[in-house]
Amino acid sequence: MIQEYYDIIFTTLIAIVTASACALPGVFLVLRRMTLMSDAISHAILPGIVLAFFLTHNVSSPLLILAAAGTGVLTVVFVELLQKTKLVKEDAAIGLTFPALFSIGVILIARFASNVHLDTDAVLLGEIGYATLNHLEIFGYKLGPVSLYVMGGMLVLNLAFILTFYKELKLATFDVSLAATLGFAPTLIHYGLMTLVSMTTVGAFDAVGSILVVALIAGPPVTAYLMTDSLTRMLIYSVVIGCVNAVVGYWLAYITNVSIAGAIASVTLLVFALIFMIVPNRGLIAIARRHIRQKWEFAQTMLVIHLSNHEGLPEAQTESEIAHLHEHLRWEPTFASRVVKYALNNRYVSQEAAQLMLTDRGRAIAQKALVQ
Amino acid sequence: MKASHAKAIEVTDLTVAYQETPVLWDIDLDVPPGVLLAIVGPNGAGKTTLIKAILGLVRPAAGNVLIYNKPYEAQRRIVGYVPQRGSVDWDFPTNVLDVVMMGRYGSLGWIRRPGKRDRALAMQALEKVGMENYTTRQISQLSGGQQQRVFLARALVQDATIYLMDEPFQGVDATTERAIVTLLQELRENGKTVVVVHHDLQTVTDYFDWVTLLNIRRIASGPVEDTFTSDNLRETYGGRIAFIKNR
Repeated sequence: MIQEYYDIIFTTLIAIVTASACALPGVFLVLRRMTLMSDAISHAILPGIVLAFFLTHNVSSPLLILAAAGTGVLTVVFVELLQKTKLVKEDAAIGLTFPALFSIGVILIARFASNVHLDTDAVLLGEIGYATLNHLEIFGYKLGPVSLYVMGGMLVLNLAFILTFYKELKLATFDVSLAATLGFAPTLIHYGLMTLVSMTTVGAFDAVGSILVVALIAGPPVTAYLMTDSLTRMLIYSVVIGCVNAVVGYWLAYITNVSIAGAIASVTLLVFALIFMIVPNRGLIAIARRHIRQKWEFAQTMLVIHLSNHEGLPEAQTESEIAHLHEHLRWEPTFASRVVKYALNNRYVSQEAAQLMLTDRGRAIAQKALVQ
Repeated sequence: MKASHAKAIEVTDLTVAYQETPVLWDIDLDVPPGVLLAIVGPNGAGKTTLIKAILGLVRPAAGNVLIYNKPYEAQRRIVGYVPQRGSVDWDFPTNVLDVVMMGRYGSLGWIRRPGKRDRALAMQALEKVGMENYTTRQISQLSGGQQQRVFLARALVQDATIYLMDEPFQGVDATTERAIVTLLQELRENGKTVVVVHHDLQTVTDYFDWVTLLNIRRIASGPVEDTFTSDNLRETYGGRIAFIKNR
């Protein structure tokens, strides 16, 4: 029983640390339109990991992370070389590069490592549930799961990189050419970021595997991007959303006994969909409401302009008769009466007997609309 | 050509090629200090490439660029650059003041963050371009003319000696165009050198005092009154130019 609580607490901790470590560099990938690249890296680092495993025979060796980082950067270089030939576009270059590298990794595993822990399922889907099995032991003391230390280290590294080079990352992401002319070596920053993404990805392998690591890297930042206009806040929101997704996903999986990685990725999508709907100003609901409001306001402006055009002229009497407005404007009678009601509510017009009269407010609106 | 020992920009034998296609052929260009210079030429003449080559953004196949007798890398601090407005993503999560502060990054150097003084300088620059009421506005909510003003302010805070601007009048309204021209002329009056990639031949004589006609080769370069002639224009644009108002 105590062991079970111990596992839940540590798995939750690993989920939080992994999600935070992934969300931070993810923000810059999303802003650089490179989320596909993170997908490519997460797959293409496999041969690096496998080769390092052959050397060390230890799945938790730090050499695996370094080898993965090397392969990840190599992937970026390959993609960019292909792109530079101008014969292949970026998306196609990514699509060519990563399956090639990934398949090398899969073949290596199947041929030489089929009977060890490094099986294809673990690589593809990961298993955060087992992450607590492998403990860091020093002088016989159990110091908690190794994954927690690995991802904790990555989180610290990513945080330190972004805090130190925040200004440089921002400039190189927003305006590469200004960054270059001011001497901020955007290529160096680019590869620094790619190295961190590669290292973070392999660290996150244990937790979610190579397919779903993209959900942790891209999901929270795109969600946060909808919510704010500030880069600092986007970074903070991404981390918070990432943690919420990971913890809620893990607990759901625990309760319903399904794949943890699958649950985390599903929650990521659901949270994105929810924010996409409800976020003020640019969410789907806000946009729909704005469209409806604009439709009525435009109709109201047409009405007000119509009244003002005929105001004080001999035909004003007939033109402003409520019962016949729809004939003059060629509107559906029900629509016309709703517009009249809308304008009356806004006090742009007032009703005197059967006539519709402009108020001062209405006259001002009509003039403003005509001047523009 | 007049001999001058202090050239603001000196381009010698510059050739730039993408793959094997030359974009600029053996360009020689001297820009004296304190001029307001327009680079004009047809589409694909290499105007933007010339500016990028001066800034070290594209590697020349041959030739050399000097800024006050030194290579660009040694003179970064005194050169301000206004890229084409369309070269950045205006949906980036940041506001007007923040973008203008980026102009200060060069003098801050690596790692150091902008402080109060940088903020104050950015505010001054925003006042100069008439955008002081937009400091916290998200940049995606700006009009084209406002975006251009923000870019100008960002270059102004660099407090450079030489300004290179890539089509600052592109897609801006008449009010903004006048505001920008006034600003450029002010810069020249303060002794700055301003180089502008320009498209509208009708306004060259009104706005600028120096002009470079470019079409892969340098056709002519010098004071507007001597250089902006119909002969030179015909050579630059080929037969394609129907009519140019000329003095």
